[in-house]
Amino acid sequence: MPDTLLYGMEVALNGLMAGVMYSLVALGFVLIFKASGIFNYAQGVMALFAAMTLVGIQNGQVPFAHLINATFGTNIHHFGWTVPALLAILLTVVVMIAFAWAVNRFVFRHLVNQEPIILFMATIGLAFFLEGVADLMWGADIKTLDVGIPQGINEWIDGTTFEVFGYGFFIDNLDITATVIAALLVAGLVAFSHYTKQGRALRAVADDHQAALSVGISLNFIWVLVWSIAGFVALVAGIMWGAKSGVQFSLSLIALKALPVLMLGGFTSIPGAIVGGLIIGVGEKLFEFCFGTGQCFGGVINLGGATENWFAYVLALIFLVFRPQGLFGEKIIERV
Amino acid sequence: MLDAERYVTADGRTIGGTVLDLRNITLRFGGVEAIKDISFDIREGEIRAIIGPNGAGKSSMLNVISGFYVPQEGEVWFRGAPRPPMKPYQVARQGIARTFQNIALFEGMSVLDNVMTGRLGYMSSNLFTQSLWWTGAAKEEEENRAAAERVIDFLEIQAIRKTPVGRLPYGLKKRVELARALAAEPKLLLLDEPMAGMNVEEKEDMSRFILDVNDEFGTTIALIEHDMGVVMDLSDRVVVMDYGRKIGDGTPDEVRNNQDVIDAYLGVAHD
Repeated sequence: MPDTLLYGMEVALNGLMAGVMYSLVALGFVLIFKASGIFNYAQGVMALFAAMTLVGIQNGQVPFAHLINATFGTNIHHFGWTVPALLAILLTVVVMIAFAWAVNRFVFRHLVNQEPIILFMATIGLAFFLEGVADLMWGADIKTLDVGIPQGINEWIDGTTFEVFGYGFFIDNLDITATVIAALLVAGLVAFSHYTKQGRALRAVADDHQAALSVGISLNFIWVLVWSIAGFVALVAGIMWGAKSGVQFSLSLIALKALPVLMLGGFTSIPGAIVGGLIIGVGEKLFEFCFGTGQCFGGVINLGGATENWFAYVLALIFLVFRPQGLFGEKIIERV
Repeated sequence: MLDAERYVTADGRTIGGTVLDLRNITLRFGGVEAIKDISFDIREGEIRAIIGPNGAGKSSMLNVISGFYVPQEGEVWFRGAPRPPMKPYQVARQGIARTFQNIALFEGMSVLDNVMTGRLGYMSSNLFTQSLWWTGAAKEEEENRAAAERVIDFLEIQAIRKTPVGRLPYGLKKRVELARALAAEPKLLLLDEPMAGMNVEEKEDMSRFILDVNDEFGTTIALIEHDMGVVMDLSDRVVVMDYGRKIGDGTPDEVRNNQDVIDAYLGVAHD
């Protein structure tokens, strides 16, 4: 096999793995948008907040330590214990559920029946607020997140491909783990929405609020539930991205990468978020490989690199023009 | 007391005591009085019609009963006790099911799934018990599924069970909405213009279903309808509203001969 093809395959595989990470973030958006029509700009910050909370709890950090010290003149920073990873994750889930409840109680319950743009603006405000709270609570320094996810090159894949092709593929264990977890998460979400009472209620609310009320579904309960699930998805995304590139402010910007994924997959489709993420992941890696650095077709087209920064957005733009509802989104048909 | 009021209709159905009692209901939207001091009751097992010209406040009345509107004055008594102000979903859980004038179905879900949402109140399993105790949850799902299928059979919509509701024609959607309300086995069923926009044949079908539901399950029904022929045929007692006031209340015959009602519908000669 020619080297370029092998190289391309490795790039595509890595692209798929990267795509899974995008999908994880996009999933959170889709969940909330489907159930309540809110485009949650704060989803990225929620991932950051969840990751920071996880690290903070794990390390036994005192929340709001700087605030407490500045107010009372004390000097406390740590409780002096560390919490095992699994317990810390569970505690973070509890925090995210409390956050979901608070968001609905103090923000969205007062904005029922408002225009989508107003709800969207509220989530922008929420994003800034949460960012501030996260910094105040756990400090703004860059943190390393370690919950025991294997990292580094997967020796088995490297060895096997070397034997077969004479060229070893470099696949990161973290990416493989992320893929497995994302698959489990999606399977779980699908099972939840189709086979449980709350899942059926959730689909009902997503479809028609008035009808949902008339069969005895509490909208508030469902909204808290869906924000909790989105918070959980944000935690998973935060763990994966945090383990990959450290827990820092830039983590919240992964939300921007989720936007083109959503435009491709459609804002209302869970499979769409997955497929959209994969297409963008593979697409941007292959495009960079072929045209960005000119390694295909004898280097006829060589854009000089850094195409990964804009490829996803250009692709999304093309979709906006030709298929605005995305690949899996609900087509908007006006009956006259 | 209630038993003393019990009576048997000409076609052999038993009408029992009061299920819902509306006492001096007044509903305002800003300065507009949509409902002015109206009282009437609905008795167990009967078909009670609410009629009146457009804008008379019929739908508002139904929305008061189902909790979508909260009246400024008056009390709603349900099954012998005054009802505190409630959210619509709480009213639904108390056993009052309804359909809507403009159909409110879950368009993206199948007919079966729509009907199953009517059973939500009967399913006790939550997320955690469902994941931990799978067999129990599956049994519960099975029982409720059977109940939903009975309603589907009864309303003769077996053939479209798996069809997404959004694809159905108007008449069938109305029937699915009725099925969803029935699946909840309501103590009181509210129908807001169940025959609006239907052709004669569809109206006959729907009338038959309403009578059958009342007959077979003994369901108490309150309905709003514009087609006078249908109303007079179906209902045991009729409330007539005009400009938010009650202008008549009684059997179809009594209402038909009520001068105020005739005036409201045909207009009054001014001389």
